[in-house]
Amino acid sequence: MHNFNYHHAADIADAALKLKVTVEPKLLAGGMTLLPTLKNRLAQPSDLIDLAKIDGLKGISVEGKEVVVKAMTTHAVVAASTDVRKAIPALADLADGIGDPAVRHRGTIGGSVANSDPAADYPAGVLGLDAVVETNERKINADDFFTGLFETALKPGEIITAVRFKIPDRAHYMKFRHPASGYAVVGVMVAQYGAKVRVAVTGAGPNAFRVRAMEDALEKSFAPASVANIKIPAGDLLGDIHCSAEYRAHLVNVYARRCVEALVK
Amino acid sequence: MLPAAVSSVDALKADSPKVWPEFGTNEVVHWEYGEAAKVETLLRSAHRVVKVDLVNNRIAPAPMEPRVVAAKYDAAEGRLTVWSPTQGGRRIQMMLARTLLKMAPDKVRVISIDTGGGFGVRSKMFPETAMVAYAARQLGRPVKWLGDRAETFVSDYHGRDQINHAQMGLDRDGKAFVLKVETLLNVGAYLSENGLRLPMEGGGRIIPCGYHIPDFYFSVKPTFTNTVCTDTYRGAGRPEANYLMERLMDKAAETYGLPREEIRRRNFIKPSQFPYKTHLGFVIDSGDFAGTMEMALEHSNWAAFEERRGRSAARGKLRGIGLAFFIEGAGSRPVEGMRVRFEDNGDVSVIAGTYSHGQGHATVYSQLVHEFLGVDYDKVRLINGDTGTSPEVSNGTFGSRSSMVGGGGVKRACDAIIVKGKKIAARLLQSDATRVTFEAGVFRAQTSSVTMADVAAAARDPNKLPDGMAPGLDEYVVYENDTENFPNGAHVAEIEVDPETGVVEILNYVAVDDCGVVLNPFIVHGQIYGGIAQGIGQALTENIVYDAEGQLLSGTFMDYGMPRAGHFSHIDARFNAMPAKTNELGVKGAGEAGCCGAPPAIVSAVVDALGSYGIKHIDMPLSPERVWRAIQESRVNKAA
Repeated sequence: MHNFNYHHAADIADAALKLKVTVEPKLLAGGMTLLPTLKNRLAQPSDLIDLAKIDGLKGISVEGKEVVVKAMTTHAVVAASTDVRKAIPALADLADGIGDPAVRHRGTIGGSVANSDPAADYPAGVLGLDAVVETNERKINADDFFTGLFETALKPGEIITAVRFKIPDRAHYMKFRHPASGYAVVGVMVAQYGAKVRVAVTGAGPNAFRVRAMEDALEKSFAPASVANIKIPAGDLLGDIHCSAEYRAHLVNVYARRCVEALVK
Repeated sequence: MLPAAVSSVDALKADSPKVWPEFGTNEVVHWEYGEAAKVETLLRSAHRVVKVDLVNNRIAPAPMEPRVVAAKYDAAEGRLTVWSPTQGGRRIQMMLARTLLKMAPDKVRVISIDTGGGFGVRSKMFPETAMVAYAARQLGRPVKWLGDRAETFVSDYHGRDQINHAQMGLDRDGKAFVLKVETLLNVGAYLSENGLRLPMEGGGRIIPCGYHIPDFYFSVKPTFTNTVCTDTYRGAGRPEANYLMERLMDKAAETYGLPREEIRRRNFIKPSQFPYKTHLGFVIDSGDFAGTMEMALEHSNWAAFEERRGRSAARGKLRGIGLAFFIEGAGSRPVEGMRVRFEDNGDVSVIAGTYSHGQGHATVYSQLVHEFLGVDYDKVRLINGDTGTSPEVSNGTFGSRSSMVGGGGVKRACDAIIVKGKKIAARLLQSDATRVTFEAGVFRAQTSSVTMADVAAAARDPNKLPDGMAPGLDEYVVYENDTENFPNGAHVAEIEVDPETGVVEILNYVAVDDCGVVLNPFIVHGQIYGGIAQGIGQALTENIVYDAEGQLLSGTFMDYGMPRAGHFSHIDARFNAMPAKTNELGVKGAGEAGCCGAPPAIVSAVVDALGSYGIKHIDMPLSPERVWRAIQESRVNKAA
């Protein structure tokens, strides 16, 4: 690990200021990705700005038809929240299946979403549940947020403060775990909002994406058969020594159908 | 970038890059057993010949603890002390002293008290051990090196990596009579300590495993490649041998339209054939191969399987059941020093040449001393893992040897102690040694008695000893045996395949093992479970992968599939104990049984599940995508 300066941010304004005045700063949330990256010397920030002591960044609330999860809320807290469980059980399930207990007690929703790891679970939740990512500067719609492999619409100096999920009529999340890492090879969130359906996929591609063809088909008829024959092109998907792009494309189809099966059962 | 040869098949092609250009070929040697021409003739005469082409995948031993070496040199005394986890410190000491550093062996001490996993890979000398020791001596300062996981993947020797082409000729009744095995072994870029020997001497000594096949030809071509060296890994040649025999037997069953258990019944070595000499000259003394298999069939409810298959089918799952019979060779190089010492405080120390690195030797040796000498279990302690205190003969622990050589050594030392103890007791009891009995820690003559502790105390007092007897009750033996032992077993795996994803789920696993006399069922069960876990890892998840340029692609646990608890089912481990006749405890090794039985049992089960697709074999690891692809290809073939 290379040396760096370490700061506790007192509040969001303080964090934003430190982001501005330091040379090559990095925000530290749960550190589940950043710390291993530092240990392997794959990143060399000049300053780490730790958000852990900002009380205003933690907590869950239900506001009308939305569940608001503040950025520094850990996966374990989301998974155990009776509010989340009642409003969006699929989101509680998603959080409960991230990594292992150690990761779930350290990792945060803000850190996960900001990282846009292709194999992370939350991006499918954010995109599938039509969420809005709130920052210290603006609100970003989920559809505009994930822009590429480890890339988001966040600008330098911008800090995620909360993720605002729209409560669906019903939703289901399932993932296929990577045989070695346990990360999502394919994770699918299917959510229904009245006549509208969202199908969001993580794991398979460089970043989370929606499958419009499946959404259209499900909006016409919300049944497993509607998606059973909708193939995903493998061309843009990721592949590794365990799971090729072609296999991932196939799994998207299987898991989307299984999500619908679970919802109509 | 320099060109690279990665697989043994590619490395043997004429135009392949040569790892050692001055050698002119990547073929290290062509090592043969048997008469090729005779075997060819016999194969032509067979009613049926079954063939298999198998990849025995390369895997990483991956002990929990990466390699560590610390060394300190005392210039005034000229003494070098090296701390490093190993399965046998004496070898490391001798290689460091004699070969590498040119020091007197008694000036080099290797300490290895706790070792975080052996698996064969920790029995080796690695370059860093020598470098750290050398640096400490040159600098006169303590030097420490701690390997990390990435270094473990790219420098700890790997295991397996064989390609086997095997043919078996059978008569009209499904009785095999001739076997031809051709093996390519990927040895990596250098010759490791034992890698080269594993197919012939590790596996060859037991081929054709549990079966009587009178004629056998074996061709082994160890091959250099631009990869990490391969060497001993839990099983060391025997898992590969059993795997190819079991795939052949399944193929024969299919060819003859016989149940898989029936083809095995027809070919087992029968109890009346013991002692049975193997092709390479080893003698199997005992076993109940057919009986062991019957137990496994019974406890897995094999006969009623089709009903369970139907229940799974109703849920959209493909259920399969697989059977593997295997034989092991345990306790190689059966020579070991063992000392039993009576301490002043009444404790009894077992000073062992063996090395305990998770096997629970302290438990088992204490049990034995308690049983043989009647000493309280809690008063027995194990001293091992330090060349400064080890017996002169200290080969360490590998190849499932410690029950026989260590346990047997304890037995022989205790027997000698009792003989001497009776003489001392006779004097204390004013009787004759021939009239003194010993049982449960008490020497008796008529109505009077003394305890082992009394005798041990008296043994220190020259006045209480019979004339001419040297003081002390301690005994040191160098255990020797002229044979190893042959554990065996039958494992049944029951699995379900999700045909849409290719995921294999293990539903039930029954292991019936003949480990001879079981000294401690908890510990032997632990060995069976651990071996099966590693075997299931090889069968389902573990695979070392290089790209065409020789770059290791599976160099972290994010990419290398270590099995997790969720990959396993409950393991129903049972024994059909046939005491070994060639060692005094009747024991047979248990450490490597599981990784012999699990791979063929799992593959057999998955192929059974996929029978409706006409799939006959899938190479390990049976990862979800491989299974899914096999299903896709069979569908394409059917459509065509």
